[in-house]
Amino acid sequence: MAIYSYPSMPDPCKVLEFDKEKCVGCNICVNSCPLDVMIPNFIKGAEPIVLFAEECWFCGSCVQECPAGALTLIPPALQRISTVWKRKATGEEFRMGMLNPPAPNLNPPAGNRK
Amino acid sequence: MNWHEYVNQTGMLPLWPYEVNYGKENVVETDVLVIGGGVGGCRAAISARQHGATVAVADRGVTKHSGQGGAGVDHWHGAVRNPCSKVTPEMYSDIAMEVSGGYTNGAARYIIGMEGWDTLLELEQMGVQIRDEDDDFKDTMWRDEETKLLFAYDVDNKHCLRIYGNNIKPVVDREMRSLGVQVYERICITSLLTENGIKGSRVIGATGVNDRTGEFYIFKAKAVVIATGGGGRLGSFAPDMTGNGSMVDMNMTGMGHTLSWNAGAELVLMDSLSNATGLGYAPYSMGNSDNTYQGVRVIDADGKVIPYANSKGELLTEERQIFQSSRPGENFVIGHGIGLNMPVTRDYGITNLDPSLSKQLRSGKLKLPLYDDFPGMDPESRKIIWNLMLAHEGKCRVPIFENMQHWGFDPEQDMLQYAVTDHPFVCAMVSWMGLDHNPPSWISTKRAGGILTDWRLEASIPGLFVAGGNPLFGSGCHGEAHTTGRYCGRQAAAFAKNHPAVEPERGQIDREKDECYTPVLKSGGDVGWRELNYALTRVFQDYCGSHKTEDILNLGIKRMSDLRRTEGMRTFANNPHELARVIECYRLMDLSNCYFEAAKARKCSSKLLNFFRVDYPEVDPPEWKKFLPVSQTEKGVNVRDLPCDYYLQAPYNSNLRANYEQYAELD
Repeated sequence: MAIYSYPSMPDPCKVLEFDKEKCVGCNICVNSCPLDVMIPNFIKGAEPIVLFAEECWFCGSCVQECPAGALTLIPPALQRISTVWKRKATGEEFRMGMLNPPAPNLNPPAGNRK
Repeated sequence: MNWHEYVNQTGMLPLWPYEVNYGKENVVETDVLVIGGGVGGCRAAISARQHGATVAVADRGVTKHSGQGGAGVDHWHGAVRNPCSKVTPEMYSDIAMEVSGGYTNGAARYIIGMEGWDTLLELEQMGVQIRDEDDDFKDTMWRDEETKLLFAYDVDNKHCLRIYGNNIKPVVDREMRSLGVQVYERICITSLLTENGIKGSRVIGATGVNDRTGEFYIFKAKAVVIATGGGGRLGSFAPDMTGNGSMVDMNMTGMGHTLSWNAGAELVLMDSLSNATGLGYAPYSMGNSDNTYQGVRVIDADGKVIPYANSKGELLTEERQIFQSSRPGENFVIGHGIGLNMPVTRDYGITNLDPSLSKQLRSGKLKLPLYDDFPGMDPESRKIIWNLMLAHEGKCRVPIFENMQHWGFDPEQDMLQYAVTDHPFVCAMVSWMGLDHNPPSWISTKRAGGILTDWRLEASIPGLFVAGGNPLFGSGCHGEAHTTGRYCGRQAAAFAKNHPAVEPERGQIDREKDECYTPVLKSGGDVGWRELNYALTRVFQDYCGSHKTEDILNLGIKRMSDLRRTEGMRTFANNPHELARVIECYRLMDLSNCYFEAAKARKCSSKLLNFFRVDYPEVDPPEWKKFLPVSQTEKGVNVRDLPCDYYLQAPYNSNLRANYEQYAELD
């Protein structure tokens, strides 16, 4: 594989994870981002390209707008390592981004509107 | 995928995906132009349209999500006329003035008090849930059984409401579009057009650049509403770090302040500065006891409970006291996060952790880290914080509520750790703001400085109206933006009805185009927009920082002007997106001038304003208790004196209600 010359990547480098199985490249996320951090992919049907990752402010609008549920917001590492919790009964520690996380908690938000 | 993944995969650089036409002109004619499509701007557009005007909104992002309130809200201030409230608009406005030492917007606070509840009821009609319809909190202290309203901060006086605002922006956007408002997105507005191109004359439109196509927009309007964000990027700039760690995004550049300053409008309280150092954590992402988290049970590493204290520092023993004022029956809790510093008295402040916490941690009596002990709380107390407040507050649903639960966080079992940080600060403030404050958010956001208005929320130059917590001086936060937007939208519509359109002067438009397109049309640029932003921020921090003197402030103006003429002229843009960022930098430099001039005007120091001068050390001398509106004229900078209670002095009535009755209604 060719090794290209790059300038340093912005930090954070990756702010969004696309589920390739679910994403159909509809670009609704591109057009819902207030900061315009993505552009449509030139490969038809492929996930968008995150061009201005460092301008993302992590509002999650793209995640909420994605009709396929294909998007996950990835907080920067300095945040993942800061958001820490401890199970009261066992003293076990967890954090956002940990290895081998427990099953997701599906506890719904209060309220009855979409 | 990321940019570099695309390159690795395809062996090609992605082309710019949009057709680019730098300078191509688009002309839009409308009765009312709203600049800024956040909650305040959208509400202004809705109300102007309902009052018969044609309306265009120009937004830097996308109106469905943009703005500081674009990603949700969990509580609503100023609903003092809800049927349960014991606070009157008069009390609300007068106490805001009292606790801030007079340095806030008494008229706007009164308007908010008079109309905040009606403004919220309209949101309920549009589709925002504002009541405990599912009876999750039946028979709790936070709820009124008849109306099912839920209260924050003060369960006795019941004027601040918890709401389910995650969908608030899509709902407002849908309403606005259904009324036929014309929406122009991805537009960086660059200037206001004035009659004959003269500073200080009537505002008749605006110019803008599209950040995808580079095309130029000329908006011709009979009235203009400013509803933009604060100028955080002037006070501190660290884009790689702070998108995550702040409630303010990169698009918020104080553009409305700058547009108004450049057009000749008066601004006030630009001499009220906050510190702008340090770096925050993601809002609400860590243990916390303030604001949205208020009332959570807090323990130290050994499980010792840290009690709450009222605003007088008295320790509280019962949960209900956390949501009461320091003198139940006598005063009320005015709330938190509404742009009110309380340097005069904290009697109306919210409760927070034991003020001796820091001392106890340092002496070893309590042990770090601290935790929010969700499992140790009653189910309703836990649910109202985690499932209601945290799931609906701005920037919380996806990044906090869903993400943390995705990684397994379970408030029934798990305790959320605090930042291991300076705990005097944790006691006093929202802990995720980190060491000091979030850089991008602070200067001139919510707290104070903005455009001076009259009782119609019209600026000192005709045809310019102002809404929202940022550009409207001293006016608050989310709910306040809705309310002032709704109010000034109808005022702008009335103005447009009575004032014919005026054709802008071509010379003004051409000058603006020349400036805006320099970064893409002039060859040989070698400074990127971020390098320029870092530099202008450095000048501002140094010369409008903690060692202000007349000479230093003048040097600051000189350095900024030098930067503009030198590196500013060598700043390039590779595409329209970067072009808009460069233009924002130019405008931030203009905005710095307003701050420098406001600082020069105040020849004293002030604890009330957090404003200190080395050459005028006397603190808050009585003769300097006044506003000092600054403006630009064709002849130079103008400063005048204005009493803080100008809204109760001639030509206005001496009583709040009489003014409201005279100016608020149009017929």
